[in-house]
Amino acid sequence: MIDEKPSRELEPSPPPPDVAIRLQSIELRYGEKIVLSDCSLDCIRGHTTCIIGLSGAGKSTILRVANGLRRPTRGCVFTLGSELSRLPETEILEIRKRIGFAFQYNALFDSMTVADNVAFPLYELTDLEDDEINERVKSALESVGLDGEGDRLPGELSGGMQKRAGFARAIVNEPEIIMFDEPTTGLDPIMTNIITETIKNIQHKLKVTCLVISHDLPSVFAIADEIALLFEGTIIEYGSVSKVRQSPNPIVQQFLQGSDVGPIPV
Amino acid sequence: MSVAASRRRGVFSGVNRFVEYAGGLATMFGEVCRNVVTLNFRPSEVIRQAYFLGVESWTIVVLTSLFTGLVISLEAASQAVSYGLSQFVGGSVAFGEVRELGPMLTGIVFAGRAGAAITASLGSMVVTEQVEALQSMGVSAVKVLVTPRLLASFITVPMLTVFADIVGVYGGYYMAWLRVHMSPYTYWHSVQTTLIFSDFYKGLEKAAVFGVLVALVAGYEGFRAEGGAEGVGRVTTHAVVTGIILIFVFNFALSFVLFP
Repeated sequence: MIDEKPSRELEPSPPPPDVAIRLQSIELRYGEKIVLSDCSLDCIRGHTTCIIGLSGAGKSTILRVANGLRRPTRGCVFTLGSELSRLPETEILEIRKRIGFAFQYNALFDSMTVADNVAFPLYELTDLEDDEINERVKSALESVGLDGEGDRLPGELSGGMQKRAGFARAIVNEPEIIMFDEPTTGLDPIMTNIITETIKNIQHKLKVTCLVISHDLPSVFAIADEIALLFEGTIIEYGSVSKVRQSPNPIVQQFLQGSDVGPIPV
Repeated sequence: MSVAASRRRGVFSGVNRFVEYAGGLATMFGEVCRNVVTLNFRPSEVIRQAYFLGVESWTIVVLTSLFTGLVISLEAASQAVSYGLSQFVGGSVAFGEVRELGPMLTGIVFAGRAGAAITASLGSMVVTEQVEALQSMGVSAVKVLVTPRLLASFITVPMLTVFADIVGVYGGYYMAWLRVHMSPYTYWHSVQTTLIFSDFYKGLEKAAVFGVLVALVAGYEGFRAEGGAEGVGRVTTHAVVTGIILIFVFNFALSFVLFP
């Protein structure tokens, strides 16, 4: 489950109020393997930050570090004003209640209907009456274009619909941050477009901070306010879409062009 | 490295793994107890799990116990009659069934059927990120997934044991009648004079402990699943084997304490 024993050897530098998530010199090891190394990133409140990078670069791990599902071996994690890397698990649970998480493979509870999946965080984390829960579930499903699909089981839905059901579950509790892990992976271009629009609509409607992991560059360029490129466990480029696109860094350019010629070993 | 040093390291590593495992079980049990004491669980989920884990195990538990009663009586009745000890047949079947075999066999069958189901279910949820989804919402996976299953097991294994006891003792009577034409009075009088009520409820206490053990080990192993279907299969096997071994160990310890 959660790796215990965080170790911090650097001076914590709390972020200003307009930064929702700050990763400060994060290092994460699994045994001998270094997954993240001296990884630093600021996610601005109310903006959409996209993290791009090669497969296996540690992108999904960053999300899990940012919401406290993984503890870094070194470094500091500040999320919604709290230093997660210092908090006990019980207090991290409280922070996580303010974060929505849409998983790469949806992670819907397959024994429950879509509506029950979406209602689950409300039943577990709030004291709302059933009527209000039903209303919020209906509204969340409408937000992602799944109105009328609540009674179906996840296994009866297409891949794109399952993604959107996962989004509905992530937003139903009105979180301050929403994390999307590879939201368009494995989808056809039309569904990719629908998912991209859905993320934009969610961000626009809820005015939340979004942290998105993706390989899909057209989708990233459509939704991102800031882009970070993760390479070999470190953020090597960070900035606005135009800044990253014009980066002189040959690694960034090779990645954006999808070329097999350049400094990135293929 | 010398052979002795290598052995020492192996022993140390084994002890380390045992302590880690026992600590993990104890921590999970502590969290479940806290949830139960603070009523931090959904009763509807406990009922659902009791039906799935307990009621649906009923047939196999009853069959196992019936044939156990039959075979004890089959072996005991002929021998007892030939030595003129037929007045002890009912008592020996009931004594063995109610104090030892009823709870233990029910626990073992429960470990094989319900324990495996718990581990496979939780293991599948782990490898499909459903458990991580719970954690990401700020919901305790132990509270939602383990507490209701453990409570359901705690309630249903003693209930199953009641059926197992009754069917086993009746099975013994049927075989004694079939084999040596033993009269109902001889058999049931032997049962009444041999058994005391505390044998029955102490047997149920053992069954409740076995239910907790099976659910606890199954839940803990389920959370250790990794690597897809093969990993789920591995932890499921491990849960059943560990559960059965613990039932044997605790059965001995509880018999030692409860039946001095």
